[in-house]
Amino acid sequence: MALLLATPCLRAQNSDVLTVATPDRLSIKRGASGEVRLKAELRAGFHVNSNTPADEFLIPLRLTWAKEPLEVEQITFPKPQSEKYDFSPNPVSVFSGTFEIVTRFKAPPSSKPGMAIVTGKLRYQACNNKECLAPKTLEVRVTADLQ
Amino acid sequence: MSKTLSAILVSIAVAALCANTACSKAVTAQAAVKEGKDRKPAPPFTLKDSSGESVQLAKYKGKVVLLDFWATWCAPCKVEIPWFMEFQQQFKDRGFEVVGVSMDEDGWSVVKPYIEQLKINYRILLGNDEVGQLYGGVDSLPTTFLIDRQGKIASIHVGLERGKEDFRNDIVKLLETSHAASGAAPRDTLLASAK
Repeated sequence: MALLLATPCLRAQNSDVLTVATPDRLSIKRGASGEVRLKAELRAGFHVNSNTPADEFLIPLRLTWAKEPLEVEQITFPKPQSEKYDFSPNPVSVFSGTFEIVTRFKAPPSSKPGMAIVTGKLRYQACNNKECLAPKTLEVRVTADLQ
Repeated sequence: MSKTLSAILVSIAVAALCANTACSKAVTAQAAVKEGKDRKPAPPFTLKDSSGESVQLAKYKGKVVLLDFWATWCAPCKVEIPWFMEFQQQFKDRGFEVVGVSMDEDGWSVVKPYIEQLKINYRILLGNDEVGQLYGGVDSLPTTFLIDRQGKIASIHVGLERGKEDFRNDIVKLLETSHAASGAAPRDTLLASAK
């Protein structure tokens, strides 16, 4: 009973507006390239600025990766949505709902074979139609099988 | 105990548990201006303005203060700023001040250009987490506190929940409340001058 009562509150306290699913393990040969897809989901009613917001003061969605053990070749964001909100006379470039960010990695030929963890940071700033939340940085991890 | 009764009891217990402070939102909107006896003192703080001058909230005691927590990255905040500039202009001679507290982590390097771009006519202070916590966390922006002449919080507004005229009415009500003591203009005069 106590557990039942406590659960909704714990969920409310720990819930984030944006969540990222654990990406699939990346199997990659040394000297070759491979892709990782980050699947992000926003709470209903919320959006984040896209990676290319029109207003210079808005905080863009940004994904960065540690320089090792893999090299980043390219990060591809989805096409932003252009949405109209109460707070802006002009449409705003955003992501909402679920979306994917694809990163193309290259394993250096000199890589040590075996399992490795690639860490990244996803920085975002979320709003709904009436209010905004402080910018946040979410740590993301990919398990890489270097062959 | 039937399943239905169990479900009802669990729902009531969950609602009661979630109503406590640990689970409820740190700052919740209280749209109406509270009665004087229900108001709590605005937590004191000292922050710096864009010229580097330290400003204490206590400096404004005796005035009605609109304390606006905002940030340059907050688009809804940008909607309210022109309203607050208008209020500052219209009520400044009647014992009213707007004080903006920027919650930008990047500091004056982003806040100063924004102030200049919008030509903000009221004082902006650079906030920090400590002051944010004093005011209930300020998790959502904009969050605006209306503080009476006695330095007590009369109302809290979170997000674009209320319009410009709602703010204006609250300000006039607070200015009017203490006009008998201060000799300020009565309500009709205040509203007429605001149009």
